[in-house]
Parts: sequence; C-alpha cells; structure tokens
Amino acid sequence: MTLKTLTGNYAVATAVKLARVNVISAYPITPQTTIVEKLAEMVESGELKAGMIRVESEHSALAAVYGAASGGARVFTATSSHGLLYMHEMLWWVAGSRIPVVMAVVTRTIGPPWNIWTDHSDVMDQRDTGWLITFAENNQETLDETIKLFRITEDERVFLPGIVTLDAFILSHTTEPVDVPDQSLVDAFLPPRKQPYIFRAGEPIIMGNIPRDLKWNMMMREDIDKAMERAKKVIEETDLLWGRLVGRRYGGLTECYRCEDAKHFIIGVGAWVGDMREAVDYLREKFGLKIGLIKIRYFRPFPKEDMIKWLNNAVSAIVFDRSVSPGAGGPIFIEVLASLASAGVRIPVKGVVAGLAGVDVTPEDVANAVLTSVSEVEELGTFKQSISWFYGGE
Amino acid sequence: MSDELVLPLAKPVIGVSGKTGTWRLQRPVYDSSKCIKCRLCWLYCPDSTIDINEGGIDFITINYDYCKGCGICSNVCPTKAITMTPEG
Amino acid sequence: MPINIKDLPKEKFVLPGDAACLGCPENMGLRFVGMALGNKAILVVPAGCTSIIQGLAPGSGLKFPILNVPFASSDSVAAGLSSAKKILGEDATVVVWAGDGGTADIGFATLSGAAERNDDVIHICVDNEAYMNTGIQRSSQTPLGAWTTTTWLGKRERKKDLPLIMLMHKIPYVATASVAYPLDFIEKLRKASTIRGFKYIHLHAPCPVGWRFDPAYTVAVAKLAVETGMWILFEAEGGRVSISPPSKPYADKNRRKPIKEYIAMQGRFRNITEELLLELEKQVDDNWSTLLKLAT
Repeated sequence: MTLKTLTGNYAVATAVKLARVNVISAYPITPQTTIVEKLAEMVESGELKAGMIRVESEHSALAAVYGAASGGARVFTATSSHGLLYMHEMLWWVAGSRIPVVMAVVTRTIGPPWNIWTDHSDVMDQRDTGWLITFAENNQETLDETIKLFRITEDERVFLPGIVTLDAFILSHTTEPVDVPDQSLVDAFLPPRKQPYIFRAGEPIIMGNIPRDLKWNMMMREDIDKAMERAKKVIEETDLLWGRLVGRRYGGLTECYRCEDAKHFIIGVGAWVGDMREAVDYLREKFGLKIGLIKIRYFRPFPKEDMIKWLNNAVSAIVFDRSVSPGAGGPIFIEVLASLASAGVRIPVKGVVAGLAGVDVTPEDVANAVLTSVSEVEELGTFKQSISWFYGGE
Repeated sequence: MSDELVLPLAKPVIGVSGKTGTWRLQRPVYDSSKCIKCRLCWLYCPDSTIDINEGGIDFITINYDYCKGCGICSNVCPTKAITMTPEG
Repeated sequence: MPINIKDLPKEKFVLPGDAACLGCPENMGLRFVGMALGNKAILVVPAGCTSIIQGLAPGSGLKFPILNVPFASSDSVAAGLSSAKKILGEDATVVVWAGDGGTADIGFATLSGAAERNDDVIHICVDNEAYMNTGIQRSSQTPLGAWTTTTWLGKRERKKDLPLIMLMHKIPYVATASVAYPLDFIEKLRKASTIRGFKYIHLHAPCPVGWRFDPAYTVAVAKLAVETGMWILFEAEGGRVSISPPSKPYADKNRRKPIKEYIAMQGRFRNITEELLLELEKQVDDNWSTLLKLAT
C-alpha cells in the first residue's frame, strides 16, 4: 500500500498496469489523453508488458481491443464524448459477443458547440448497449473500481464488458491522494482471465453469422439481461472482497449516506456526489433537515432493489441528472420512477437537470435546490414541476 | 456454471443451406473416357462438390446432393469430359 | 517455386451446400485460402457476401475459425487478434477477408491505419467490383462505364487503384491475384504468411449475378480480364514490383486481347458508350505504363 498523489487519469493508468493488461488500444481525445500517454510511457519503459496499438480512430480502438480480447487477451481502452459516440456500434458488438472488455470513459459533453467540460451525456447514451456502467466519485474510487471491473466482467456469471467513468477535469485532471495497492495484492485479487470462448487457429468456431431461428437471437438478448441481473450479486461480492483486502468498501451498487433516519433523499452519480455529501451535512447541521443521499455507483445494472428499499418510506426524492433525454427527462430520474412504480411505491420525485455542458454546481447550489424542493413538497405534498432545469448560482 | 450461455456461435456443417443440388437447372455429366486427369474441375468448383479418386475407375466423382449446376467444371475442362445437360 | 496442382491439399474449408450463388468467385477464393493456409488461418470477415455465404447459424458452410465483424472495423480487429496471439504465444495467421466495400470504401480508414502501423495481418480484398451483398450498388472499385443499381447509366468515375495505394503505404508485401489463376494466388498467399507485417492481396473476383454473365463463365471472365490487360497480376516484396508470369505477355500492348471481348461477356457493360470504351482502353495503357515504370 503506497499513498500517491494521482490525477484521475493517472489513477486509471495505474489500475490498468496493476491489472496486467495484455493489449491496449486508444485514440486521443480531450480529456482522456493523459491516460493513454501514461500507458504508452509505461509500455515503452517496460513497466507494463503489453501490446499497444496506436489506432487511427476510436471505432478502431474498440475494434482492436475487441479483436485482442476475442483472442484471449485482457484488454483496455479509454475515450470520451465524440470518441465514445464514434465507437458506439462496436459497443453493441462487444457486448453481444459476450467478450469481457474494460473501458474508461472520461465523461465529457457532446457538441455542437465544441465543449470539453463534463456532463454524463456521452456515457448515458450507451445505456442500452449491454455494458456495465459504474460512476466514480473520486480518484481513489476510480482506481479501485477499474481494478474490480476486470474481476466482475470476467466472472462467468457476467461475461459482459464494463465501463468505469470519471468526470472530465474534475477527476481526470485533478490531483488527489490515492492509496495504491501492491501488485501482489492485485495479483491475488484478479484470477487468470476467463471468457466464454477464444479464437485459436485450428479451432473452427464461427461468431456472428445470421441465425436461422430469430427467437434464438432474442434469447441472446435476454441472456445479456439475465447476466446484468446476476452481475448485481457479483458486484456486491467483489466490493466485499476488495474491502477485506484494502480496507475500503463502497457499498456495491449504491451507497446510502446518512440514510438511516432520512425522510428526503438526494440521488446522483459521479463526482458531484461529493458536493451532494457536503450539501447533506450542511442541510442537516444548519436546518435540521432529515436528508439522505443515495449515491448510485452502478447505473447498469440499475439498482432497482436498492431504490425500492431506501425510498419505500421516504417523503420525497430529488434526482440530479447530469444529462437529459430531450422530451422525456433525465435518465436517472426516469429509471428511479420506473423502479418505484414497479413496486407500487408512490412518493413525490423531482428530476433536476443540472450541470450540463460543464456548468459547475457547488454544494451551495445543491443545498439551495434541495431546500426549495423540500419546502415545496412539505407544504404541497407534491412537486408542482416534476422536472426542472437548474443553473445554480442563485 | 448453472446457466448455459446463449452465444452467437456456429459450427461448420455440410449442407448448411440444405440440399443445394435442388437449385440446379442443369447438371454436369462426366465421361471418364475423355478425362485426362488434369484436376482443373476439382480446382475451380466453387462448392467443393467434385472429389478426386486417385486410384478409382472414375477419376472424379460429383456430389449431386450439393452441386448447384453452375457449369464452371464443364467450362474449364480442356477435353469436354464434363458436359452440362438440363436437369430433369 | 511453382506449385503443382497435385500437391494441393484436399481438406475442405468451403463445405458443400453453403449459401453462395452459382459460380461464386468468393466461394472459389475461400477454397484457395484453405489450400494455401489450412488450419493456420483465422478469418476476420466484415459485412459482405461472405457474411451470407456462411449460411445460417448455428451452422456454417465455412470451416475456418471466423470472427464476423462490423463493416468498418476489420483490420483493427485483426490487428488486435494478431497481437493477442503473439502475446499469448499462440501460432496463427490472421487474415482479413473483405470485399471491395469493406476494403476500399467504408473499410478504408481501418485498412490504411493497420497498413501504416505495419500490423501483422494479411488483408485479402475479394473484389467483385460493387456492393454485391446489398444488391449490386456501385463502389469505388466499380470500373468506368459499368452498370450498377446506383449507376444505371454506367459509372462515371474510374476504378480507384487500391493496389498502388497500398504500394505507397510501403508495406512488406502487396500483390494482385485472380480466381482464374489459383496457383499464383496460393503461392502469393503462402509467401505472405511467411512475412511479418502488413500484407495486402487484391483478388479479382468476377460475380455472375452482378456483372451479368452465365455462372459457367466466372473463370473465363477472370482470365479475359488478365488477357486484355484490364487486370494486372503483379507482386511487390519490400516495394520491388515484379509482373507475375500470367500477366507478363500482356506488358506488350499488341499481345493484349481486345477489351471489347471482355466487355462483350458482361451484361453490366451492355450500354457502354464508345467514348467510355476508349477511355477504358486508355486507362489500361496508363495502368500498365505506371506499373512497368515501378517494376524492376
């Protein structure tokens, strides 16, 4: 165990090195670039023994690691924003092939106009692909979860690829103290790679030709869904095991902060959860409000059961989305509502769309938004507007 | 592993598209007396339906279950040992 | 070292009863790949005719290990697969088997990238000169004057010269081949498999359905392409260009068969104008002239 000061991007690179990845391929895009540069440095210095394919596009980056993974290698790639969108077709192909791959996405908004700052639009756009999606709150979690994702994706109960996200600049380029586990610990934690099939010369398997029975094809899609459900348990187990090894537990799919006596709940993902924690403390200290925070760590699979458990007896929930599906609402808001509705839990839920295009949202902003919402729901028993766009700084 | 995965995998099999011999509008007919054992028919047949019998009476056999009747074997044969005739 | 037809392996990698059309040159070409590389090959196949030729899963009419991949990804996937095999210490010859669409058009970036990086892959472009699998639409490989379903009056642009483009990538091995000259193709493929780095082979593959000729003539049309000089067989090892024996006679313009013979065999050229025909003839002369300048 060594304490190092690392940016989020360097935390990712360190995790990839510790995971003993065999093949890396990526195309630069701000703000992911320093992940790839650091990995290139490690490969060329001999610190990391891996093949590096310096591709000409993101579509080719995921294609290259997919090819390597199909051949049995443990692989890694990283991207952001438009790069993620460019490789979108390949995300479907990788998940549908059931080949475990780990990818880091430094979440960045999508143009036009050109904008390098954070929001979660890019990764939320991948939510139907069949990839696991986890959001890191800080650089420590970034490092820890990247390593854990190799174990989770390669578990035979899962066999799906996975994305670990970190917010552009807020995490990727900000230095924080990070506890780096020893190589021997990670070696013991990560078993040799497993996958459902490997391409070898002389072993004629054919992947992906047209199916005779379309229902069989539909069953493949259902199988992915089932694997996502099974992943929930694998995620919890892995979190427990990692916690025993390094002394850091994250709670599995979700973490509930100060929830035990909470009546109103804030829900969010990513770096700004840190700001939400501060807001919760502030609202409790200053106003005596019984506020809790549900940090969603894994958005895919969606923690439906946790939502129902925590919100069953809540007075209200306020969901912060850092992306939106225009005409429908923020994805987290929509999926929280769906989870509650499926269990017959009827509480007022507010969707707050904020922080898009990199607009900064401070703990004060969060506290103000929550204060207004809580006052409203305590007075009216409902939210006048179920979805609102929040610019902060008021 | 309790559940079997449903994977998009396939295995090689003869006749994946059924008995493609039923596609024929014309069939190749082999006259071994004209055959000079050049092997060009075997070489060019797109569907691997011509087999060579090294020591046999008939130097080649045609697999009529799968021969699609394209006529290439007849076209490349230097002695017209293979001719095409309309399928009954 | 010329290969004797008697020595060619009989193991079938194209199995009887697959989904290929009558007289399909891709089926033919795949048989030759099997004869050349056998069980050493792993195929990476982007969208194209061969995707369909495999037939319906869970069956496959082809006996190679095949990774079917999205259209624009083939050479990158192959590069990754090749890299993995090396790192894991496993022997394999990774071959991209792509059509003209997956090579020259939608697949161009992935091709050029892998070539520039000299990734250890063999790329075979099986060129039937149009997007055949989707119903005969024009590609950059469709020749001048040819009918397709998106060029009803005949293509106005010339065929993009892929072999020369790949030559200019300065990769260790570039070659052209034809389904009419299988021994030449097999020899080139075997040679390529002994070289480390990016190898490119462009296989001319006349398609009866798309070019509009009786399926019995696939080999005849391919042969005429070479005999008229419209298709030039050459190879370049380390950039040293040499004209292959079947094409050598046609360096001499007077020995080339008239292009009209080639054109007359194919319905896709039925309405070609005299003007475009003259242009085609000029292109043949130009192509030979360029290549002969490059040849040692």
